[in-house]
Amino acid sequence: MDFLRPAGWPEALAAKARHPAAVPLAGGTDVMVEINFDHRRPEHLLDLGRVAELHTWETDGDHVRLGAAVPYAHVIDRLAAPLPGLALAARTVGSPQIRNRGSVGGNLGAASPAGDSHPALLAAGADVEAASVRGTRLIPVEEFYTGVKRNALAPDELIRAVRIRRATGPQQFAKVGTRNAMVIAVCSFALALHPHDRTVRTGVGSAAPTPVRARTAEDFLTAALAQDGLWETARPLPPSVVREFGQLAAGACRPIDDVRGTAAYRRHAVAVLARRTLGWAWDAYRAGEGREALCA
Amino acid sequence: MRVNLTVNGRALHADDVWEGESLLYLLRERLGLPGSKNACEQGECGSCTVRLDGVPVCACLVAAGQAEGRDVVTVEGLAGRAGLPEGALTPVQQAFADAGAVQCGFCTPGLIVAADDLLRRDPDPSDADIREALAGNLCRCTGYEKILDAVRLAAARTGPGEDRP
Ligand SMILES: Cc1cc2nc3c(=O)[nH]c(=O)nc-3n(C[C@H](O)[C@H](O)[C@H](O)COP(=O)(O)OP(=O)(O)OC[C@H]3O[C@@H](n4cnc5c(N)ncnc54)[C@H](O)[C@@H]3O)c2cc1C
Ligand code: FES
Ligand code: FES
Repeated sequence: MDFLRPAGWPEALAAKARHPAAVPLAGGTDVMVEINFDHRRPEHLLDLGRVAELHTWETDGDHVRLGAAVPYAHVIDRLAAPLPGLALAARTVGSPQIRNRGSVGGNLGAASPAGDSHPALLAAGADVEAASVRGTRLIPVEEFYTGVKRNALAPDELIRAVRIRRATGPQQFAKVGTRNAMVIAVCSFALALHPHDRTVRTGVGSAAPTPVRARTAEDFLTAALAQDGLWETARPLPPSVVREFGQLAAGACRPIDDVRGTAAYRRHAVAVLARRTLGWAWDAYRAGEGREALCA
Repeated sequence: MRVNLTVNGRALHADDVWEGESLLYLLRERLGLPGSKNACEQGECGSCTVRLDGVPVCACLVAAGQAEGRDVVTVEGLAGRAGLPEGALTPVQQAFADAGAVQCGFCTPGLIVAADDLLRRDPDPSDADIREALAGNLCRCTGYEKILDAVRLAAARTGPGEDRP
Protein backbone atom coordinates (compact mmCIF):
# COMPACT_ATOMS: atom_id res chain seq x y z
CA MET A 1 0.00 0.00 0.00
CA ASP A 2 1.11 3.56 -0.69
CA PHE A 3 0.15 6.57 1.37
CA LEU A 4 -0.16 9.59 -0.90
CA ARG A 5 -0.04 12.90 0.90
CA PRO A 6 -0.65 15.74 -1.55
CA ALA A 7 0.20 19.15 -0.09
CA GLY A 8 -2.39 21.01 -2.15
CA TRP A 9 -5.41 20.67 -4.42
CA PRO A 10 -3.61 20.52 -7.81
CA GLU A 11 -1.32 17.80 -6.41
CA ALA A 12 -4.36 15.88 -5.12
CA LEU A 13 -6.02 15.99 -8.55
CA ALA A 14 -2.77 14.96 -10.24
CA ALA A 15 -2.40 12.02 -7.85
CA LYS A 16 -5.99 10.90 -8.49
CA ALA A 17 -5.40 11.12 -12.26
CA ARG A 18 -2.24 9.04 -11.92
CA HIS A 19 -3.89 6.49 -9.62
CA PRO A 20 -7.63 6.43 -10.38
CA ALA A 21 -8.16 3.49 -7.99
CA ALA A 22 -6.64 5.42 -5.06
CA VAL A 23 -9.06 5.71 -2.14
CA PRO A 24 -9.47 9.30 -0.92
CA LEU A 25 -9.17 9.65 2.84
CA ALA A 26 -10.84 12.63 4.55
CA GLY A 27 -12.03 12.11 8.15
CA GLY A 28 -11.50 8.38 7.77
CA THR A 29 -14.67 7.48 9.68
CA ASP A 30 -15.83 5.22 6.85
CA VAL A 31 -12.52 4.31 5.21
CA MET A 32 -10.61 3.34 8.35
CA VAL A 33 -13.38 1.02 9.53
CA GLU A 34 -13.08 -0.83 6.21
CA ILE A 35 -9.31 -1.01 6.48
CA ASN A 36 -9.30 -2.07 10.14
CA PHE A 37 -11.66 -4.92 9.28
CA ASP A 38 -9.82 -5.93 6.14
CA HIS A 39 -12.80 -5.13 3.94
CA ARG A 40 -10.62 -2.93 1.82
CA ARG A 41 -6.96 -3.08 0.87
CA PRO A 42 -6.44 -0.30 -1.65
CA GLU A 43 -3.10 0.03 -3.33
CA HIS A 44 -3.11 3.75 -2.64
CA LEU A 45 -4.62 5.84 0.11
CA LEU A 46 -4.95 9.49 -0.88
CA ASP A 47 -4.89 11.59 2.29
CA LEU A 48 -6.76 14.86 1.80
CA GLY A 49 -5.91 16.11 5.30
CA ARG A 50 -3.28 18.56 4.06
CA VAL A 51 -5.39 20.16 1.34
CA ALA A 52 -6.34 23.39 3.09
CA GLU A 53 -9.11 24.43 0.65
CA LEU A 54 -11.14 21.33 1.48
CA HIS A 55 -11.35 22.37 5.14
CA THR A 56 -12.78 25.85 4.58
CA TRP A 57 -16.01 27.33 3.24
CA GLU A 58 -17.05 30.54 1.61
CA THR A 59 -20.33 32.27 0.98
CA ASP A 60 -20.91 32.77 -2.67
CA GLY A 61 -23.99 34.96 -3.27
CA ASP A 62 -26.98 32.83 -2.38
CA HIS A 63 -24.85 29.70 -1.89
CA VAL A 64 -22.45 28.34 0.68
CA ARG A 65 -19.50 26.58 -0.91
CA LEU A 66 -18.68 23.99 1.72
CA GLY A 67 -15.24 22.40 1.41
CA ALA A 68 -15.55 18.61 1.09
CA ALA A 69 -13.61 17.80 4.27
CA VAL A 70 -15.10 20.38 6.68
CA PRO A 71 -16.04 18.31 9.74
CA TYR A 72 -19.65 18.11 10.92
CA ALA A 73 -18.64 19.89 14.16
CA HIS A 74 -17.96 23.07 12.14
CA VAL A 75 -21.20 22.78 10.19
CA ILE A 76 -23.03 22.66 13.54
CA ASP A 77 -21.09 25.43 15.28
CA ARG A 78 -20.54 27.85 12.42
CA LEU A 79 -22.98 27.21 9.60
CA ALA A 80 -26.31 26.64 11.31
CA ALA A 81 -27.64 30.04 10.17
CA PRO A 82 -27.21 29.62 6.39
CA LEU A 83 -27.55 25.81 6.46
CA PRO A 84 -30.02 24.97 9.25
CA GLY A 85 -31.20 21.66 7.81
CA LEU A 86 -27.69 20.35 7.26
CA ALA A 87 -26.66 21.49 10.74
CA LEU A 88 -29.60 19.61 12.27
CA ALA A 89 -28.67 16.49 10.32
CA ALA A 90 -25.02 16.86 11.31
CA ARG A 91 -25.99 16.97 14.99
CA THR A 92 -27.39 13.45 14.69
CA VAL A 93 -24.24 11.93 13.18
CA GLY A 94 -22.40 9.42 15.37
CA SER A 95 -20.81 10.98 18.43
CA PRO A 96 -18.69 14.06 19.18
CA GLN A 97 -15.55 12.15 18.16
CA ILE A 98 -17.12 11.16 14.83
CA ARG A 99 -18.45 14.68 14.19
CA ASN A 100 -14.97 16.09 14.81
CA ARG A 101 -13.61 14.07 11.86
CA GLY A 102 -16.46 13.04 9.57
CA SER A 103 -17.38 15.32 6.68
CA VAL A 104 -20.14 15.96 4.16
CA GLY A 105 -17.66 15.18 1.35
CA GLY A 106 -17.01 11.79 2.96
CA ASN A 107 -20.74 11.17 3.34
CA LEU A 108 -21.15 11.87 -0.39
CA GLY A 109 -18.15 9.73 -1.26
CA ALA A 110 -19.62 6.80 0.68
CA ALA A 111 -23.11 7.53 -0.77
CA SER A 112 -24.84 5.27 1.74
CA PRO A 113 -28.63 5.54 1.46
CA ALA A 114 -28.57 6.05 5.25
CA GLY A 115 -26.11 8.97 5.20
CA ASP A 116 -27.58 11.85 7.16
CA SER A 117 -26.31 14.71 4.98
CA HIS A 118 -28.18 13.54 1.93
CA PRO A 119 -31.81 14.35 2.85
CA ALA A 120 -30.73 17.78 4.09
CA LEU A 121 -28.80 18.51 0.88
CA LEU A 122 -31.71 17.33 -1.26
CA ALA A 123 -34.16 19.54 0.62
CA ALA A 124 -31.93 22.62 0.66
CA GLY A 125 -30.88 22.30 -2.97
CA ALA A 126 -27.21 21.60 -3.65
CA ASP A 127 -24.67 20.83 -6.34
CA VAL A 128 -21.63 18.66 -5.86
CA GLU A 129 -18.50 20.31 -7.26
CA ALA A 130 -16.54 17.44 -8.80
CA ALA A 131 -13.06 18.17 -10.11
CA SER A 132 -10.31 16.40 -11.96
CA VAL A 133 -7.27 17.42 -13.99
CA ARG A 134 -9.75 17.65 -16.88
CA GLY A 135 -11.79 20.39 -15.22
CA THR A 136 -14.66 21.02 -12.84
CA ARG A 137 -18.34 20.14 -13.17
CA LEU A 138 -21.37 20.75 -10.97
CA ILE A 139 -23.56 17.72 -10.36
CA PRO A 140 -27.06 18.41 -8.97
CA VAL A 141 -27.15 16.41 -5.76
CA GLU A 142 -30.25 14.45 -6.87
CA GLU A 143 -28.20 13.12 -9.80
CA PHE A 144 -25.19 12.35 -7.65
CA TYR A 145 -26.57 9.18 -6.03
CA THR A 146 -26.61 6.47 -8.65
CA GLY A 147 -27.18 3.30 -6.58
CA VAL A 148 -26.58 1.74 -3.19
CA LYS A 149 -23.21 3.20 -2.14
CA ARG A 150 -22.58 4.42 -5.68
CA ASN A 151 -22.14 7.95 -6.89
CA ALA A 152 -21.63 9.85 -10.12
CA LEU A 153 -17.92 10.58 -9.68
CA ALA A 154 -15.60 9.49 -12.48
CA PRO A 155 -12.54 7.49 -11.35
CA ASP A 156 -10.23 10.48 -11.70
CA GLU A 157 -12.55 12.91 -9.91
CA LEU A 158 -12.54 14.23 -6.37
CA ILE A 159 -15.17 16.27 -4.57
CA ARG A 160 -13.86 19.77 -4.08
CA ALA A 161 -16.94 21.22 -2.35
CA VAL A 162 -20.70 21.16 -2.11
CA ARG A 163 -22.55 24.30 -3.17
CA ILE A 164 -25.63 24.51 -1.00
CA ARG A 165 -28.41 27.02 -1.36
CA ARG A 166 -28.57 29.35 1.65
CA ALA A 167 -31.79 28.92 3.58
CA THR A 168 -34.44 31.58 3.02
CA GLY A 169 -36.96 29.87 5.30
CA PRO A 170 -37.28 27.21 7.99
CA GLN A 171 -35.66 23.80 7.46
CA GLN A 172 -36.08 20.61 9.46
CA PHE A 173 -34.51 17.17 9.71
CA ALA A 174 -35.69 14.14 11.67
CA LYS A 175 -34.36 10.62 11.95
CA VAL A 176 -35.69 7.39 13.42
CA GLY A 177 -33.27 5.24 15.40
CA THR A 178 -32.92 3.30 18.61
CA ARG A 179 -30.89 5.90 20.47
CA ASN A 180 -30.12 9.58 20.29
CA ALA A 181 -26.46 9.00 19.42
CA MET A 182 -24.47 6.55 17.31
CA VAL A 183 -27.41 5.53 15.23
CA ILE A 184 -27.60 4.68 11.56
CA ALA A 185 -30.96 5.98 10.43
CA VAL A 186 -33.82 3.49 10.15
CA CYS A 187 -35.23 6.25 8.01
CA SER A 188 -34.90 10.02 7.91
CA PHE A 189 -36.66 12.99 6.41
CA ALA A 190 -35.63 16.55 5.65
CA LEU A 191 -37.87 19.43 4.66
CA ALA A 192 -37.05 22.95 3.51
CA LEU A 193 -39.49 25.78 2.95
CA HIS A 194 -38.24 28.16 0.27
CA PRO A 195 -40.39 31.28 0.62
CA HIS A 196 -38.28 33.26 -1.89
CA ASP A 197 -39.66 31.16 -4.74
CA ARG A 198 -42.65 29.71 -2.87
CA THR A 199 -41.51 26.11 -3.15
CA VAL A 200 -41.02 23.22 -0.77
CA ARG A 201 -38.33 20.58 -1.12
CA THR A 202 -37.72 17.34 0.71
CA GLY A 203 -35.21 14.53 1.11
CA VAL A 204 -35.82 10.98 2.30
CA GLY A 205 -33.02 8.83 3.71
CA SER A 206 -32.67 5.09 4.26
CA ALA A 207 -35.98 4.27 2.57
CA ALA A 208 -34.87 3.54 -1.01
CA PRO A 209 -31.67 2.32 -2.73
CA THR A 210 -30.53 5.94 -2.85
CA PRO A 211 -31.51 9.10 -0.99
CA VAL A 212 -34.47 10.59 -2.86
CA ARG A 213 -36.69 13.65 -3.03
CA ALA A 214 -40.39 13.02 -2.44
CA ARG A 215 -41.31 15.01 -5.53
CA THR A 216 -45.04 14.25 -5.63
CA ALA A 217 -45.32 15.38 -2.01
CA GLU A 218 -43.32 18.53 -2.80
CA ASP A 219 -45.51 19.40 -5.79
CA PHE A 220 -48.68 18.76 -3.84
CA LEU A 221 -47.65 20.98 -0.93
CA THR A 222 -46.22 23.72 -3.15
CA ALA A 223 -49.56 23.84 -5.00
CA ALA A 224 -51.63 23.69 -1.81
CA LEU A 225 -49.70 26.57 -0.24
CA ALA A 226 -50.12 28.69 -3.37
CA GLN A 227 -53.77 27.87 -3.89
CA ASP A 228 -54.82 28.88 -0.40
CA GLY A 229 -52.51 31.93 -0.29
CA LEU A 230 -50.84 30.42 2.76
CA TRP A 231 -47.40 31.92 2.11
CA GLU A 232 -49.00 35.35 2.51
CA THR A 233 -51.47 34.65 5.32
CA ALA A 234 -49.26 32.18 7.22
CA ARG A 235 -52.43 30.62 8.54
CA PRO A 236 -52.39 27.13 10.07
CA LEU A 237 -52.15 24.33 7.52
CA PRO A 238 -55.37 22.39 6.93
CA PRO A 239 -54.99 18.96 8.59
CA SER A 240 -56.02 17.29 5.33
CA VAL A 241 -53.04 18.90 3.59
CA VAL A 242 -50.62 17.72 6.27
CA ARG A 243 -52.03 14.19 6.13
CA GLU A 244 -51.87 14.00 2.35
CA PHE A 245 -48.30 15.34 2.40
CA GLY A 246 -47.30 12.51 4.75
CA GLN A 247 -48.97 9.88 2.58
CA LEU A 248 -47.30 11.17 -0.56
CA ALA A 249 -43.91 11.26 1.19
CA ALA A 250 -44.34 7.60 2.16
CA GLY A 251 -45.18 6.90 -1.46
CA ALA A 252 -41.71 8.08 -2.51
CA CYS A 253 -40.10 5.23 -0.54
CA ARG A 254 -38.87 1.99 -1.99
CA PRO A 255 -37.74 0.47 1.28
CA ILE A 256 -36.45 -2.97 2.16
CA ASP A 257 -36.77 -5.18 5.24
CA ASP A 258 -33.48 -5.31 7.10
CA VAL A 259 -32.10 -5.63 10.63
CA ARG A 260 -32.96 -2.03 11.41
CA GLY A 261 -36.61 -2.17 10.38
CA THR A 262 -39.19 -3.55 8.00
CA ALA A 263 -40.22 -1.91 4.76
CA ALA A 264 -43.75 -1.34 6.12
CA TYR A 265 -42.40 0.32 9.25
CA ARG A 266 -40.17 2.59 7.20
CA ARG A 267 -43.08 3.71 5.01
CA HIS A 268 -45.16 4.41 8.07
CA ALA A 269 -42.33 6.24 9.85
CA VAL A 270 -41.54 8.42 6.82
CA ALA A 271 -45.16 9.59 6.74
CA VAL A 272 -44.92 10.47 10.44
CA LEU A 273 -41.59 12.29 10.01
CA ALA A 274 -42.94 14.19 7.01
CA ARG A 275 -45.96 15.42 8.96
CA ARG A 276 -43.87 16.29 11.99
CA THR A 277 -41.14 18.19 10.16
CA LEU A 278 -43.81 20.07 8.20
CA GLY A 279 -45.53 21.00 11.45
CA TRP A 280 -42.30 22.29 13.01
CA ALA A 281 -41.24 24.18 9.90
CA TRP A 282 -44.64 25.77 9.36
CA ASP A 283 -44.80 26.85 13.02
CA ALA A 284 -41.43 28.55 12.57
CA TYR A 285 -42.66 30.23 9.38
CA ARG A 286 -45.80 31.44 11.15
CA ALA A 287 -43.58 32.83 13.93
CA GLY A 288 -41.90 34.95 11.26
CA GLU A 289 -38.88 32.90 10.17
CA GLY A 290 -38.38 33.50 6.45
CA ARG A 291 -41.41 35.75 5.98
CA GLU A 292 -39.15 38.61 4.83
CA ALA A 293 -37.89 36.40 1.97
CA LEU A 294 -41.35 36.38 0.45
CA CYS A 295 -41.37 38.89 -2.36
CA ALA A 296 -44.47 39.86 -4.22
CA MET B 1 6.93 4.70 6.00
CA ARG B 2 8.20 7.02 8.74
CA VAL B 3 5.75 9.08 10.78
CA ASN B 4 6.86 12.10 12.80
CA LEU B 5 4.49 13.57 15.36
CA THR B 6 4.33 15.22 18.75
CA VAL B 7 2.83 13.08 21.49
CA ASN B 8 2.22 14.53 24.94
CA GLY B 9 4.63 17.35 24.17
CA ARG B 10 7.47 15.13 22.90
CA ALA B 11 8.59 14.98 19.28
CA LEU B 12 8.58 11.29 18.34
CA HIS B 13 8.90 9.23 15.21
CA ALA B 14 8.24 5.67 14.19
CA ASP B 15 9.68 3.74 11.27
CA ASP B 16 8.24 0.95 9.14
CA VAL B 17 4.71 2.11 9.83
CA TRP B 18 2.24 0.24 7.61
CA GLU B 19 0.31 2.65 5.38
CA GLY B 20 -3.09 1.34 6.48
CA GLU B 21 -2.21 1.45 10.16
CA SER B 22 -4.24 3.49 12.63
CA LEU B 23 -2.94 6.15 14.99
CA LEU B 24 -4.16 3.89 17.81
CA TYR B 25 -1.87 1.05 16.70
CA LEU B 26 1.02 3.48 16.29
CA LEU B 27 0.54 4.80 19.83
CA ARG B 28 0.05 1.45 21.50
CA GLU B 29 2.33 -0.87 19.62
CA ARG B 30 5.12 1.36 18.36
CA LEU B 31 5.34 4.27 20.78
CA GLY B 32 4.74 2.35 24.01
CA LEU B 33 1.62 4.25 25.05
CA PRO B 34 -1.02 1.62 25.85
CA GLY B 35 -3.26 4.02 27.79
CA SER B 36 -5.58 4.50 24.81
CA LYS B 37 -7.57 1.28 24.57
CA ASN B 38 -8.55 -0.80 21.59
CA ALA B 39 -12.00 -2.33 21.92
CA CYS B 40 -13.88 -2.04 18.64
CA GLU B 41 -11.67 -0.44 15.98
CA GLN B 42 -14.79 1.03 14.40
CA GLY B 43 -15.43 4.28 16.22
CA GLU B 44 -18.28 2.89 18.31
CA CYS B 45 -16.81 2.70 21.81
CA GLY B 46 -14.60 5.76 22.27
CA SER B 47 -12.06 3.87 24.40
CA CYS B 48 -9.32 5.04 22.01
CA THR B 49 -10.19 8.75 22.32
CA VAL B 50 -7.18 11.08 22.06
CA ARG B 51 -6.81 14.76 21.28
CA LEU B 52 -5.53 15.42 17.77
CA ASP B 53 -4.49 19.05 17.39
CA GLY B 54 -6.65 19.71 20.43
CA VAL B 55 -9.78 17.94 19.16
CA PRO B 56 -11.05 14.64 20.63
CA VAL B 57 -11.13 11.90 18.00
CA CYS B 58 -11.17 8.11 17.83
CA ALA B 59 -7.52 7.18 17.29
CA CYS B 60 -8.66 3.92 15.67
CA LEU B 61 -10.17 5.91 12.77
CA VAL B 62 -7.19 8.19 12.12
CA ALA B 63 -4.61 6.75 9.75
CA ALA B 64 -1.15 6.91 11.30
CA GLY B 65 0.04 8.83 8.25
CA GLN B 66 -2.62 11.47 8.82
CA ALA B 67 -0.99 12.27 12.17
CA GLU B 68 2.28 13.28 10.46
CA GLY B 69 3.41 16.59 11.95
CA ARG B 70 0.39 16.78 14.24
CA ASP B 71 0.04 17.21 17.98
CA VAL B 72 -1.45 14.27 19.89
CA VAL B 73 -2.37 14.16 23.56
CA THR B 74 -3.22 10.79 25.09
CA VAL B 75 -4.53 9.96 28.54
CA GLU B 76 -0.90 9.53 29.64
CA GLY B 77 -0.19 13.17 28.80
CA LEU B 78 -3.16 14.94 30.40
CA ALA B 79 -1.48 15.56 33.76
CA GLY B 80 1.74 16.75 32.16
CA ARG B 81 -0.17 19.06 29.84
CA ALA B 82 -1.94 20.50 32.89
CA GLY B 83 1.48 21.28 34.40
CA LEU B 84 1.20 18.59 37.08
CA PRO B 85 4.24 16.61 38.26
CA GLU B 86 4.96 13.06 37.09
CA GLY B 87 2.53 10.60 38.61
CA ALA B 88 -0.08 13.19 39.67
CA LEU B 89 -3.70 12.88 38.61
CA THR B 90 -5.72 15.58 36.91
CA PRO B 91 -8.93 16.71 38.65
CA VAL B 92 -10.95 14.59 36.20
CA GLN B 93 -8.83 11.50 36.87
CA GLN B 94 -9.03 12.05 40.64
CA ALA B 95 -12.81 12.51 40.44
CA PHE B 96 -13.22 9.23 38.50
CA ALA B 97 -11.30 7.41 41.25
CA ASP B 98 -13.17 9.17 44.06
CA ALA B 99 -16.64 8.74 42.58
CA GLY B 100 -16.25 5.02 41.92
CA ALA B 101 -16.54 5.57 38.19
CA VAL B 102 -13.95 2.89 37.42
CA GLN B 103 -14.78 -0.80 37.50
CA CYS B 104 -12.85 -2.89 34.98
CA GLY B 105 -11.33 0.38 33.78
CA PHE B 106 -11.21 -0.43 30.10
CA CYS B 107 -13.44 2.48 29.08
CA THR B 108 -11.85 4.89 31.57
CA PRO B 109 -9.01 6.42 29.51
CA GLY B 110 -11.35 7.36 26.66
CA LEU B 111 -13.94 8.76 29.04
CA ILE B 112 -11.27 10.76 30.86
CA VAL B 113 -10.05 12.35 27.61
CA ALA B 114 -13.64 13.13 26.55
CA ALA B 115 -14.61 14.51 29.98
CA ASP B 116 -11.40 16.54 30.18
CA ASP B 117 -12.23 18.11 26.81
CA LEU B 118 -15.78 18.92 27.94
CA LEU B 119 -14.61 20.70 31.10
CA ARG B 120 -12.03 22.71 29.15
CA ARG B 121 -14.78 24.00 26.88
CA ASP B 122 -17.45 24.30 29.56
CA PRO B 123 -16.35 24.30 33.20
CA ASP B 124 -19.93 24.08 34.47
CA PRO B 125 -21.81 21.73 32.13
CA SER B 126 -25.43 20.72 32.56
CA ASP B 127 -26.30 17.03 32.85
CA ALA B 128 -27.52 17.13 29.26
CA ASP B 129 -24.18 18.59 28.16
CA ILE B 130 -22.31 15.82 30.00
CA ARG B 131 -24.44 13.10 28.41
CA GLU B 132 -23.97 14.64 24.98
CA ALA B 133 -20.19 14.98 25.40
CA LEU B 134 -19.85 11.35 26.53
CA ALA B 135 -22.34 9.87 24.04
CA GLY B 136 -19.49 8.36 22.01
CA ASN B 137 -17.98 6.43 24.93
CA LEU B 138 -19.36 3.05 25.94
CA CYS B 139 -19.00 1.46 29.37
CA ARG B 140 -20.19 -2.09 29.98
CA CYS B 141 -19.68 -2.06 33.77
CA THR B 142 -20.80 1.04 35.62
CA GLY B 143 -24.21 1.84 34.19
CA TYR B 144 -22.86 5.38 33.65
CA GLU B 145 -24.34 6.94 36.80
CA LYS B 146 -21.00 6.98 38.63
CA ILE B 147 -19.34 8.36 35.52
CA LEU B 148 -21.80 11.26 35.44
CA ASP B 149 -21.12 11.73 39.18
CA ALA B 150 -17.40 11.88 38.48
CA VAL B 151 -17.75 14.57 35.84
CA ARG B 152 -20.03 16.61 38.11
CA LEU B 153 -17.52 16.20 40.93
CA ALA B 154 -14.61 17.30 38.75
CA ALA B 155 -16.63 20.30 37.58
CA ALA B 156 -17.56 21.23 41.15
CA ARG B 157 -13.93 20.98 42.25
CA THR B 158 -12.45 23.02 39.43
CA GLY B 159 -15.12 25.19 37.86
CA PRO B 160 -17.14 28.26 38.74
CA GLY B 161 -19.63 25.96 40.49
CA GLU B 162 -17.34 26.18 43.55
CA ASP B 163 -19.15 29.18 45.02
CA ARG B 164 -22.58 27.68 44.63
CA PRO B 165 -24.42 27.14 47.92
C1 LIG C 1 -19.21 5.12 14.95
C2 LIG C 1 -19.70 5.73 13.66
C3 LIG C 1 -20.93 6.34 13.62
C4 LIG C 1 -21.41 6.90 12.42
N1 LIG C 1 -22.62 7.50 12.44
C5 LIG C 1 -23.10 8.05 11.30
C6 LIG C 1 -24.36 8.70 11.30
O1 LIG C 1 -25.04 8.79 12.33
N2 LIG C 1 -24.79 9.24 10.13
C7 LIG C 1 -24.04 9.18 8.98
O2 LIG C 1 -24.48 9.68 7.95
N3 LIG C 1 -22.84 8.56 8.96
C8 LIG C 1 -22.36 8.00 10.09
N4 LIG C 1 -21.14 7.37 10.07
C9 LIG C 1 -20.41 7.24 8.81
C10 LIG C 1 -19.39 8.36 8.53
O3 LIG C 1 -19.01 9.01 9.72
C11 LIG C 1 -19.94 9.39 7.56
O4 LIG C 1 -20.28 8.80 6.34
C12 LIG C 1 -18.95 10.55 7.30
O5 LIG C 1 -19.64 11.58 6.65
C13 LIG C 1 -17.76 10.14 6.47
O6 LIG C 1 -16.91 11.27 6.35
P1 LIG C 1 -15.31 11.12 6.42
O7 LIG C 1 -14.74 12.46 6.15
O8 LIG C 1 -14.89 10.47 7.68
O9 LIG C 1 -15.08 10.14 5.18
P2 LIG C 1 -13.94 9.09 4.83
O10 LIG C 1 -14.07 7.87 5.64
O11 LIG C 1 -12.62 9.75 4.79
O12 LIG C 1 -14.41 8.78 3.33
C14 LIG C 1 -15.67 8.21 3.04
C15 LIG C 1 -15.78 7.88 1.56
O13 LIG C 1 -15.74 9.07 0.78
C16 LIG C 1 -14.62 9.09 -0.07
N5 LIG C 1 -14.15 10.48 -0.07
C17 LIG C 1 -13.83 11.24 1.02
N6 LIG C 1 -13.53 12.50 0.64
C18 LIG C 1 -13.66 12.55 -0.70
C19 LIG C 1 -13.48 13.58 -1.68
N7 LIG C 1 -13.11 14.84 -1.33
N8 LIG C 1 -13.71 13.28 -2.98
C20 LIG C 1 -14.10 12.02 -3.34
N9 LIG C 1 -14.28 11.01 -2.46
C21 LIG C 1 -14.06 11.27 -1.16
C22 LIG C 1 -13.65 8.07 0.52
O14 LIG C 1 -12.78 7.54 -0.44
C23 LIG C 1 -14.62 7.03 1.04
O15 LIG C 1 -15.08 6.22 0.01
C24 LIG C 1 -20.63 6.83 11.25
C25 LIG C 1 -19.37 6.22 11.30
C26 LIG C 1 -18.89 5.67 12.49
C27 LIG C 1 -17.55 5.05 12.52
S1 FES D 1 -11.46 1.34 19.59
FE1 FES D 1 -11.72 3.26 18.67
S2 FES D 1 -13.76 3.71 19.08
FE2 FES D 1 -13.59 1.68 19.83
S1 FES E 1 -15.54 0.29 33.80
FE1 FES E 1 -15.61 -1.54 32.62
S2 FES E 1 -16.21 -0.79 30.67
FE2 FES E 1 -16.40 0.93 31.89
